[in-house]
Amino acid sequence: MTSYLIKGARIPSTGSDHRPGEEHADVLVQEGRVALDGDWDESDHEVVDASGLILLPGLVDLHTHLREPGREDAETVLTGTQAAAMGGFTAVHAMANTDPVADTAGVVEQVWRLGREAGYCDVYPVGAVTVGLAGRQLAELGAMADSAARVRVFSDDGHCVDDAVLMRRALEYVKAFDGVVAQHAQEPRLTENAQMNEGELSGRLGLGGWPAVAEEAVIARDCLLAAHVGSRLHVCHVSTAGSVELIRQAKASGWNVTAEVTPHHLLLTDDLAASYDPIYKVNPPLRTAADTEALRAGLADGTIDVVATDHAPHPHEDKDCEWAAAAFGMLGLETALSVVQETMVDPGLLSWSEVAERMSYAPARIGRVADHGRPIEDGAPANIVLYDPSGRRVVEASESVSLSRNTPYAGMELPGRVVATFLHGRPTVLDGKLC
Amino acid sequence: MKKHLLSAADLTRDDAELVLRTAEEMRSLADRPIKKLPALRGRTVVNLFFEDSTRTRISFEAAAKRLSADVINFSAKGSSLSKGESLKDTALTLEAMGCDAVVIRHGASGAPHRLANSGWVRASVVNAGDGTHEHPTQALLDAFTLCRHLGKSHLGPGNGGDLDGRRIAIVGDVLHSRVARSNALLLHTLGAEVTLVAPPTLLPVGIDSWPVETSYDLDGVLPKADAVMMLRVQRERMDGGFFPTAREYSRRYGLDGRRMATLQDHTIVMHPGPMVRGMEITADVADSDRSVIVEQVSNGVAVRMAVLYLLLGGSEPAVGTTETALVEPVEPVETPLAEEAHA
Repeated sequence: MTSYLIKGARIPSTGSDHRPGEEHADVLVQEGRVALDGDWDESDHEVVDASGLILLPGLVDLHTHLREPGREDAETVLTGTQAAAMGGFTAVHAMANTDPVADTAGVVEQVWRLGREAGYCDVYPVGAVTVGLAGRQLAELGAMADSAARVRVFSDDGHCVDDAVLMRRALEYVKAFDGVVAQHAQEPRLTENAQMNEGELSGRLGLGGWPAVAEEAVIARDCLLAAHVGSRLHVCHVSTAGSVELIRQAKASGWNVTAEVTPHHLLLTDDLAASYDPIYKVNPPLRTAADTEALRAGLADGTIDVVATDHAPHPHEDKDCEWAAAAFGMLGLETALSVVQETMVDPGLLSWSEVAERMSYAPARIGRVADHGRPIEDGAPANIVLYDPSGRRVVEASESVSLSRNTPYAGMELPGRVVATFLHGRPTVLDGKLC
Repeated sequence: MKKHLLSAADLTRDDAELVLRTAEEMRSLADRPIKKLPALRGRTVVNLFFEDSTRTRISFEAAAKRLSADVINFSAKGSSLSKGESLKDTALTLEAMGCDAVVIRHGASGAPHRLANSGWVRASVVNAGDGTHEHPTQALLDAFTLCRHLGKSHLGPGNGGDLDGRRIAIVGDVLHSRVARSNALLLHTLGAEVTLVAPPTLLPVGIDSWPVETSYDLDGVLPKADAVMMLRVQRERMDGGFFPTAREYSRRYGLDGRRMATLQDHTIVMHPGPMVRGMEITADVADSDRSVIVEQVSNGVAVRMAVLYLLLGGSEPAVGTTETALVEPVEPVETPLAEEAHA
């Protein structure tokens, strides 16, 4: 196995400051592990000049749609994990809304195995909470937890577990294997025919409204349920200021609640819907500027624990149509770090070490992922990403390695780029190109 | 005017008054023995109707034919549209056949925007009603009808100040009404004071930012109104729980003989059709002298002629001063607008 000597990268200090005072370091990637402080001979290793680059722990996505099995026209485990690697991710949680649904040990093991064979990311399948995502009967959560895929995150994402009793049972049941229920918070009756954020604009555009209260009511209920039964709750793609406040209160009460925000909810707002271009159609919908501001503040102060992409590939025809007929969702893996730099780092809301926390350590903790989300120190697994925060680039949809092209950032200028990604010591991306 | 007519918001006051003046010229045609102009000879207008609509489609068809355009009707039933062909493929087909204007009715809000802005077709797009969004030609024909009845100018509609300060009440299911949205925008542009009257459940969120007044109290609004426009209430709204019963709705928001008696003498009653008699309007009101509902329909043809002419033809007077202009061959009028339309 080739070893790599990464020279002169800036390693953001961890919370405990493992190397106080020293910002720049040489790091050796060898035999799947990283080593620091060595006296290495450059001729023995492949040298990667990392001056001006930031070395981060490999990013961990808690919320990815890989579409396989079932919608291989939109994405496969291979192409989705390639996109993830290009975005600096070394681990992704593959959502359960495939066809067949990932509600049995057989399906989650298949997805897990496809990830291993592809070799671009460690794929951690998310198990469905209910059979067929139908919201009526618990899926065999234990079987999925005990499978080779070792599922710890369970979600009906795309659908809300809106039945209060079922949600309570799920929260209780997963305690047996230290699992977490990741809720897609959407009160179904309040969002019938919903197309975009409910507000002045939805009324003007004549598009069905998706009111903030439909998200917040479910989050409030679930926080109370999680507190009542003493379970872990994770809230997917928080999108409103009110949700941030509810989660802030839940955390202040000491309840075991975590939350994620997507890059697109940090950057984009609902006024984009005025174009009627379904590239901006997503669930939960893009919200107001006041909401994005609250989300950024919540991510900065730790109320929101993680950035998760909700990478949702769709074939061209599902977006090249009228708004109501289009699918919900947008790509996110390849642009996530740039969007976080744009919205959080450059404005001074997050340091790079906090980015490591929100995009690597915290999601790995929540997903109970062992080999990822570890500080870059001697002997740690070499799951790392080199990022160049200088310069800006215009996003080109055609340059995506995803099978799909539904990026809302096409034509938009964003900062930074991923230079290299290493998975267990092997480069998946070098010089900004897929290996 | 812009190349497309997608929303009443696309029209400046000057644009709207130009349409109304042109429509008045077009309307005068109805009094002539030959009700046809050569203005759009050689042009093709496609009526692309994804939703059932009798009166709007016929109105556009009559308008285009009276301007000598070739008209192709393309409706959902019995066509490729009912076989799942996408809006895009339909549009590409029309583009390949060569059409100059597409009049589109679609159940999805914003479908005309997509057609106009996606690069699928080069034709001018006229929104003939999209979902719960807008229906701008309906608003134009309503404004035209209002001007004819309430106008201060002896020169006819569109000659300035006709609707300034006039109070128009629009009553009913505003939430789902594309007619209400377009009328609120256009009548405001033309200087009228619009009041939307509906139960709170049938007013959209964020209506405070619209350039209109709102009221839940029909009886309080009627005595001050110069015109009352009743909106259709679809019976299926009842299943959505927007109001308890049809009877209660009629009691609180229906226009009946008793309420009509509280109107000023000059106040007219309008309805975009189709009416649900006994629900939002009683038969005696719909058939009364105040009702201009049938006139709205005939004005619809004149207004749509004006819209098609202005989008496709140009800025010169459509109606010649002599009868000979109607029979002599007329070259298509190439104007900067028309060139832009084919750029």
